[in-house]
Amino acid sequence: MRLAGFYAFAATVALLPALFPDNYFVVVVGASAGLNVILAVGLNLLMGYAGQISLGHAAFFGLGAYASAILTTRFGWPSLLALAAGLIAAGLLAWAFARPILRLRGHYLAMATLGFGVIVHVIMVQATGWTGGPDGLAGVPPLDLFGWEVSGDLQWYGVIMAAALLAVWLSLNLVDSPVGRALRAVHGSEFAAQMMGVDTARAKTQAFVVSALFAAFAGSLFAHQQAFVSPDSFDLTVSVELVTMVVLGGLASTFGAACGAIALTLLQQALVVFEDYEMLIHGALLMAVMIFLPQGLFVGLTQAARRLGSALVRSRPSVAA
Amino acid sequence: MKRWSNALAAVLLSLTGSGLAQAADPIKIGSFLTVTGPASFLGDPELKTLQMYVDDLNAQGGIKGSKIELIHYDTGGNAKDAVNFVKRLIKNDKVDLLIGGTTTGDTMAVIPDVEKEGIPFISLAGAVEIVEPVKKWVFKTPHSDRMAAAKIFEDLRKRGLSEIALITGDGGFDKSGRAQILKLAPDYGMTLVADEFYGNKDTDMTTQLTKIRSSGAQAIINFGLGQAPAIVTKNIKQLGIALPLYQSHGVASKTFIDLAGDAAEGVRLPAAALVVAEQLPDADPQKPILLAYKNQYEAKHGPVSTFGGHAYDGLLIAVEAIKRAGAADKAKLRDEIESTKGFIGTAGVFNMTPQDHMGLNLDAFKLVEIRKGAWKIVE
Repeated sequence: MRLAGFYAFAATVALLPALFPDNYFVVVVGASAGLNVILAVGLNLLMGYAGQISLGHAAFFGLGAYASAILTTRFGWPSLLALAAGLIAAGLLAWAFARPILRLRGHYLAMATLGFGVIVHVIMVQATGWTGGPDGLAGVPPLDLFGWEVSGDLQWYGVIMAAALLAVWLSLNLVDSPVGRALRAVHGSEFAAQMMGVDTARAKTQAFVVSALFAAFAGSLFAHQQAFVSPDSFDLTVSVELVTMVVLGGLASTFGAACGAIALTLLQQALVVFEDYEMLIHGALLMAVMIFLPQGLFVGLTQAARRLGSALVRSRPSVAA
Repeated sequence: MKRWSNALAAVLLSLTGSGLAQAADPIKIGSFLTVTGPASFLGDPELKTLQMYVDDLNAQGGIKGSKIELIHYDTGGNAKDAVNFVKRLIKNDKVDLLIGGTTTGDTMAVIPDVEKEGIPFISLAGAVEIVEPVKKWVFKTPHSDRMAAAKIFEDLRKRGLSEIALITGDGGFDKSGRAQILKLAPDYGMTLVADEFYGNKDTDMTTQLTKIRSSGAQAIINFGLGQAPAIVTKNIKQLGIALPLYQSHGVASKTFIDLAGDAAEGVRLPAAALVVAEQLPDADPQKPILLAYKNQYEAKHGPVSTFGGHAYDGLLIAVEAIKRAGAADKAKLRDEIESTKGFIGTAGVFNMTPQDHMGLNLDAFKLVEIRKGAWKIVE
């Protein structure tokens, strides 16, 4: 029953729109949450498992989005081909950058990825001829899945959630594979992993490329869903938000990352009603989670539930006696 | 979310006891503005204006007995949030029309949803691409950047100047303004001898201006928002460049004069009549409206800016259309907005047509010069 959690998650995702087919918080916020799940689960492979921080992840998200937007609007490519091109571009870029960047550690790695994100953002803003500049690129055609054009919020919810489930499933399997074990070894201690014969450079590169692919994939979907892309959807704030999702949910747990992504998306929507106090409450809640559940929302809560469960079991005989 | 108008309505009802007579469904106006973030100096007066006039209208009994409910979300200038909030306004709050989209980015991002859902939308953003080509459900009230470029070129031609140097920042407003200037220059017989750039957070533009000085330009045009144009203006004075300087309508606020200080003397720019309301001749039909808005805004919130005026125009155009068509039928409401004729707003006289969803002509802009720290209309 390794995938029990996955099936439960899938059932919830499928059941919600059946119950509320035209509810904003299900189909629209749900779709945003789905995209964030893909991004967070991907980033978690790098951060949670391989233990490498990335503050530039929005760049890969943007790369996928702009690849789809530019190739479909300016060159009339079919959307799936553009999506594939975005994946290849992001994968190659991640691979090329991985070797020099992942030699760095700690703050230096954070700085390098931060710089990478900023550079990509500047290109989006400045290369007006290609990207439309700060005002963005409008008129991205709908996603065409072998003749079926995805349109409407409900259909998009379906497509994005299917993609999110695929991402979760891939991540769960990857983590339990030899590659995943190598990654966790790198996280534990890079030296120890090297001593055990793990090619740490290769493991880290793989994690970086895979998480970039996840992000680019989400980006392509995002571009088609919004029919519009602009640089502010891929700036530093977004990168930081992604890191927050992973940490909030619980590092080194696929469901933790997914849970963090959903929680943060919902939180932003829920707190809008507080207007000026929105950021204040937002910050306070994040601090509270980190203080009281340092392992993250998902991991912390499941552990607490387990502890409560075993406490109940232990207390039962004494009641009987 | 703003439920304050609701609360106000409830108080009024309980006071007058005429609840049953006024039980008509409220008219819901959805709004999404950039009240925080770098463009907040645009969105903040817009929101204050909307709130102020919705309160006023409700105090007068609403539109034909229906109260107005204003539901607002702050996008922070993030296009992704703008899209989500517009979906929320349409799906969840079930608003009758939309007024908002402070920046061109926010506006362009929500257009696909607006067009698909079929809901009237009055944008408060500048770029001409919002209404060109015409989109069925989308209107806008601010002057376009193309009009600003045309107004500047008209004045240059009058002064017999044709060699111009352009300096712009890296924001959306700058880029789209630059594009319009490049596009229109040949029509007015202008040649661009320099085309310089800066980052909007830069604190010194002397390098670019030195290049402009040696380019043989007869005049300098700077298209930008916020602090950067003030720095450009100061740097020009510091370098002793004695060329006429033209700014865009983006700096038509008192803040610019305060920031640029003495260097602002002699700077010309196209601006909405709002900044020179007192100097208009009494016969000008726009004058009483401008003064009324100005006085009411300044009594409550301090110095008026043209940006709040755009929200005033948008709201009142919508109100007039609702008076004629009601708010229940979105298609009818849209048709009535499109047939707005001779509406006098802060930006000028609006005459919308199926081909023109802005409805302003070049006369709506006044060319003003800064003299002794105040705006003066250039004759």
